[in-house]
Amino acid sequence: MKTKDLLDQLFPDGHSIETTADGLLSGYAQTAKGAIAVMGTTGHLALGVEAALSLAQFVLNVVKQSPGCPILMLVDTQGQRLSKRDELLGINGYLAHLVKCLELARIRGHQLLTLVYAEAVSGGFLAFGLMADEIHTLAEAKVRVMNLPAMARITKLPLEKLEELSAASPSFAPGVANFYQLGGLRSIWSPPLAAELLKALDRPPAGDCRREDGLTRQGRTLAGRVAQLVREA
Amino acid sequence: MTDFSNRQRVRSYYEANARYRIAHLLDAESFSEILGPTERFTSPHLEALGLPCAFDDGIVIGRGCLNGLPVLIASQEGGFMGGAVGEVHGAKLTGLLELAVIEKPAAVLLLLESGGVRLHEANAGLIAISEIIRALLVARNAGVPVIGLIGGVFGCFGGMGIVARCCNSLIINEEGRLGLSGPEVIETTMGVEELDASDRALVWRTVGGKHRFLLGEVQRLVEDDIAEFRQAVIETLAKTVQPLDLEALEREHLVLEQRLSNYGSCRDSSEIWRMIGFDDPLRLPLLDVQSFLHAAGSLDLEAS
Repeated sequence: MKTKDLLDQLFPDGHSIETTADGLLSGYAQTAKGAIAVMGTTGHLALGVEAALSLAQFVLNVVKQSPGCPILMLVDTQGQRLSKRDELLGINGYLAHLVKCLELARIRGHQLLTLVYAEAVSGGFLAFGLMADEIHTLAEAKVRVMNLPAMARITKLPLEKLEELSAASPSFAPGVANFYQLGGLRSIWSPPLAAELLKALDRPPAGDCRREDGLTRQGRTLAGRVAQLVREA
Repeated sequence: MTDFSNRQRVRSYYEANARYRIAHLLDAESFSEILGPTERFTSPHLEALGLPCAFDDGIVIGRGCLNGLPVLIASQEGGFMGGAVGEVHGAKLTGLLELAVIEKPAAVLLLLESGGVRLHEANAGLIAISEIIRALLVARNAGVPVIGLIGGVFGCFGGMGIVARCCNSLIINEEGRLGLSGPEVIETTMGVEELDASDRALVWRTVGGKHRFLLGEVQRLVEDDIAEFRQAVIETLAKTVQPLDLEALEREHLVLEQRLSNYGSCRDSSEIWRMIGFDDPLRLPLLDVQSFLHAAGSLDLEAS
């Protein structure tokens, strides 16, 4: 879905979200539940140090200027930017900074929501979208860590074998349905999107319940039990 | 002739495995493992692929004491799939960080050695790392400091590179490497012109311990000796814990902005080192840790 159409569908009451040439979007929107802050990426952005800093700056501004205002993250990223320069500058520190700013917002009472509307891939997804209290997606979005051919190359397993197993196991095949089954996605939104957003804004944050969702949906059956055994040890 | 008789035996951190590191980092005989290999929690996903499993899924976790203080500790085993994070591996670490909120130990020590997400169970691994990050930050907010140690053969990359920088403090040896995308991943995806992963000197000066220390990405650089890591942890524990608040994050923001504006156009770490103030940057990789720290001590390094 085009970013403009997405914003129009999400915010029929209007918004002042700006998109930049370097693939970022940020601003505020009006909803029936009040104003919300919106930030995200467009054009399958490869998240590098500059973008991470800009998003972190936006979060810090929201925390300072709009106490308690919910934050919606709109995700379209092909992952972290792969470059020697980003590594040289310590890109993991920049992404961790963004993650910490979002945690600060949560601690200070900002509800964090994510909508994956196009692509969500590994490091770029970890750095912001995956930090939300609830992570939602559109059915047509693409969620993955790595595509199967690249995975075959790195794991040295034959592609045919991976294709065969991906039909049976949600844990390594890309796709919204698989991430949903593992508990990585709370729900899959369908139009009207504005109504889905209002429903999500109505639910108070309930902590990280992805392991429970993964168990209920039989995609990730051990994570919750293992962590519980450790907590009780 | 030099007399070595009084010198303590050096135990390499780089060459040690996960359990050996714990045994020699903590007070003697103080470690008790949680969910150890006898419990046999293995990866169901590796089993489905017909691949070998590890009874601890590549991570050792438990309780112990360091200098008499109670700590929780986790140690990733690089020897098993490069320390990569799968469902069970990740859940053990998340559970440990959640246990820290209940027990309030003096610290959680994370001995990080990982390539990041275990691709054989990629989706479960990615979600697991996100859960680790959240649990780590909750532990910090509960007042428990989390200290990361890096110095193994496989370095600390992928999502675990983000986890590392969520810690209160990091300790690294010269051999340690810390980054996001591993050199092989960059070379495979972007081509050898972008980064030649087989050029060890280039890799070390880009993501190695000395460069990370000079950038302010890690707080301590130590010799490759488990006893040195132990001493650095003790000294770190004696310091006041910085809360994760607006003031701290605004300070970090300025530091990262400054770094980008100062070094954003550098193509090699040697250019950065020259700008930091080293007249002969190419000599830095050759210095032993003592001389390196001495040289760095006379400069005004970026505060982190």
